[in-house]
Amino acid sequence: MTPILQPQSRVLSRRSFLVTTGGLGIAVAFGSVPDLASGAAMAPAAEGDFRPNAWITIGVDGTVSIISPAVEMGQGITTTLPLLVAEELDADWSRVRVVQAPSDAETYGNPGFYGIQLTGGSESTRGYNALLRMTGAQTRLILLAGAAGMLNVPVSELETEPHRVLHPSSGRSLDYGEIAARAVLPDPLPQATEADLKQSHRWRYIGSRTIQRIDVPSKVNGTAVFGIDVQLPDMLYGAVLRAPVQDERPETIDDAEARDVPGITHIVPLSYGVGIVGETVEATRRAKDLLNVTWSTTSRVRNYSSQRLLDEYRAVGRDLGQQGVPAHTKGDAEAAIAGATTVIEADYMSDHVAHATMEPMNATALVTGDRVEIWAPTQGPTGTQGFAAEVVGTTPDKVKVNTTLLGGGFGRKAEADFIIDAVSLAKAVEGRPVKVIWSREDDVRHDKFRPLEAQHVKVGLDAEGNIVGWRHRIVADSIFARTLPPVFEEAGGHDDVVTEGAKFNYTVPAHQIEYLRQDNGLAIGFWFAVGVGYTRFAIECVVDEIAAARGIDPVALRLELLKDQPRARKVIETVARMAEWDRARDGRGLGVAYSDAFGSHCAQVAEVSLNRDTGAIRVHKVWCAIDPGVAIQPLHIEAMMMTGITNGTGHALFEQINVIDGEVQESNFDTYRVIRMSEAPEIEVAVVPTPGSPFGGIGQAGLPPTGPAIANAVARLTGGVRLRHYPFTPERVKAALDI
Amino acid sequence: MSYAISVNGQVHHVEDDGQTPLLWVLRDTLKLTGTKYGCGVAQCGACTVHVDGTPTRSCTLPLEVAASARITTIESIEGVEAQAIRGAWVARDVPQCGFCQSGQIMSAVALLRTLKTPTDRDIDVAMSGNICRCATYNRIRAAIHDAAAQLGTAR
Repeated sequence: MTPILQPQSRVLSRRSFLVTTGGLGIAVAFGSVPDLASGAAMAPAAEGDFRPNAWITIGVDGTVSIISPAVEMGQGITTTLPLLVAEELDADWSRVRVVQAPSDAETYGNPGFYGIQLTGGSESTRGYNALLRMTGAQTRLILLAGAAGMLNVPVSELETEPHRVLHPSSGRSLDYGEIAARAVLPDPLPQATEADLKQSHRWRYIGSRTIQRIDVPSKVNGTAVFGIDVQLPDMLYGAVLRAPVQDERPETIDDAEARDVPGITHIVPLSYGVGIVGETVEATRRAKDLLNVTWSTTSRVRNYSSQRLLDEYRAVGRDLGQQGVPAHTKGDAEAAIAGATTVIEADYMSDHVAHATMEPMNATALVTGDRVEIWAPTQGPTGTQGFAAEVVGTTPDKVKVNTTLLGGGFGRKAEADFIIDAVSLAKAVEGRPVKVIWSREDDVRHDKFRPLEAQHVKVGLDAEGNIVGWRHRIVADSIFARTLPPVFEEAGGHDDVVTEGAKFNYTVPAHQIEYLRQDNGLAIGFWFAVGVGYTRFAIECVVDEIAAARGIDPVALRLELLKDQPRARKVIETVARMAEWDRARDGRGLGVAYSDAFGSHCAQVAEVSLNRDTGAIRVHKVWCAIDPGVAIQPLHIEAMMMTGITNGTGHALFEQINVIDGEVQESNFDTYRVIRMSEAPEIEVAVVPTPGSPFGGIGQAGLPPTGPAIANAVARLTGGVRLRHYPFTPERVKAALDI
Repeated sequence: MSYAISVNGQVHHVEDDGQTPLLWVLRDTLKLTGTKYGCGVAQCGACTVHVDGTPTRSCTLPLEVAASARITTIESIEGVEAQAIRGAWVARDVPQCGFCQSGQIMSAVALLRTLKTPTDRDIDVAMSGNICRCATYNRIRAAIHDAAAQLGTAR
């Protein structure tokens, strides 16, 4: 195991626990005790509290506070990660409080994610679990050592039960609070090794179906504090008028009328727009509408029209003479396909989709000299520090970020544009905090959409129907070229997140994945499951096309291609059983799809019907089997699968952003259609962990199979009509039926 | 202008433009931030409050209209239906990110006050104006049925 016990080095002295890092005012905290008042856990450590490391504080009353290094955006991580600590610490979960980590990447950065604080990529559990479990185990050893001294017995005679150290032979025991208050600790402190971690059969919390989310109570009575809810003394509000086309700049600003709006205090010209600061949200919005701005007309994004570009991308994908950057190469796929008996070739495409998190972009900032304090619903505290420092001309260490709850993230809140707004306006009014809230219209129009993309897949089969070669060409702009240029350069112009999911675990003798970047200027970003959301659409539909060409069952073909993959076979067999795959439905079709992305295996079956007159698809039910390796919170895994499946349905059927001459055509939920309750499929989930396997990612694992399962169901229902373009709008469905 | 506005059983005197949406008066003047801004055009339901008992989108309700009514927000919604809904929401861990849930709960409580045992269809009609981007819809539906069943048993 890698040296993961960093916290040890900054521990040791018993009274070196001063909790000065908490951001006491606003940083979220929740109690795992349902009646705990919201925010109570943020009380500073009292004199005598015991802080054995940067993650855990034990109060003299035995209350254990555990830092959550990842941010909560609905994925349940502020329960999951502290639960892993509590498991190894052998703490009583009802006496645990969770505290959101301050911005301090050195201490709280994700060891599995460049060491920074950025919650995304379904990387939190995968990246932090080893560190946090070991931290819990080491703290338990420290408590045991302390108790040994207090009871004057050897450590070897002690054991723990939740929140107590026991000395079975004498019947004596000590509560963790008593130990924290009175123990004299050995120097050096005991070190934990992997041997000190609990065997899985001794887990009390991991895998329990009774552990509930700690943040739920505050979310049913209005007390949960999201970024948009931050209230500070003397606070002003801000709004920013942005250019209608990305990268244009204000040339002339007529703010005469805007200034006259009562309550407006500042008009702030920015390089990318015009900021308004005032005493109320409403005043800033009225003033923003009254600004008269002429914009530059030099941005190359003015040439960006999404439907035209998508046609071009498809042509690039088909033109095999155009070489892409190799993303994965096994054998000589093209040569193998050249010698194939049957060749299957298809284009798959998707339009841009928007995040439309329920909480629109917002942030609050206070600038005082070279210091910045930020309260924001951000996925990336580390990036926030860097961007804020740049705006103010200071260093990231002088920027303190208080991360609030996030009203949805999906990758959008890993961006910094809303942070830059708040810091820019706060800088202009130095000394007073400014809260910037984007309108929903701005949130949609100025989103960083999932890439517009076209894929060309070409597969060769031999005379027996075996796959001999698989080529997959992905044509899209790059996310990393904008967000992580060094990573993009180092990879030789390959974008790992845009092509994510193209590499699969099906057994094929030759496999070639190419990336053909299309640089057209519009900023694109991370979305729910990012690349996997469309690469698996193409792959899983092509697998069904192969099954149809061979005249065999799609479930049987997948099992054949996954002969050596027991976990994959398990989820496919499970979901087929749940859905009664072989039972025909009158007027309805079943489709299957599978994904091994994010370290989890997920198979789904969708049951759909189709109105041939209108082209409308109805998804009645989706069955899902998920193997996350270790199932830390099975109930929550079910919930996350429902999130993925329902949004997977919505994005396959409805979600669509159109850009014409650089201007985004959609602006609010009346034009950007997302799935609603009456359209949500019924869902049945089976969580089928595999003991002894690694911790998989869960946040995004549920979305990728849903769309292809729907498309495959439609194909089976219609005798082979393929839908190859997200979203499956009624017009596109009718056009496909008419061919 | 000054308005006397009744919120959660208390009368507040508010100085503001009569056209200001009730939402911002609740959130920023009265500091009742449980009611959320989601769209500003009555499309998402995150801002749902009760106006004389009727679920209403506060983002499009001008202060001058709201001032003549009794307003109830998530912070103070009470009664057997509210209790049953909240209890069912917690029991089923309904919220995920939670941003839309104040609005969902306000709509659900109003539904149960009108219909004691709503069908799936009734729930669709009452709840489809409330968007949930975490897609907690299935648990919302189940929790409404739970709450209705619990109230039925209690009666």
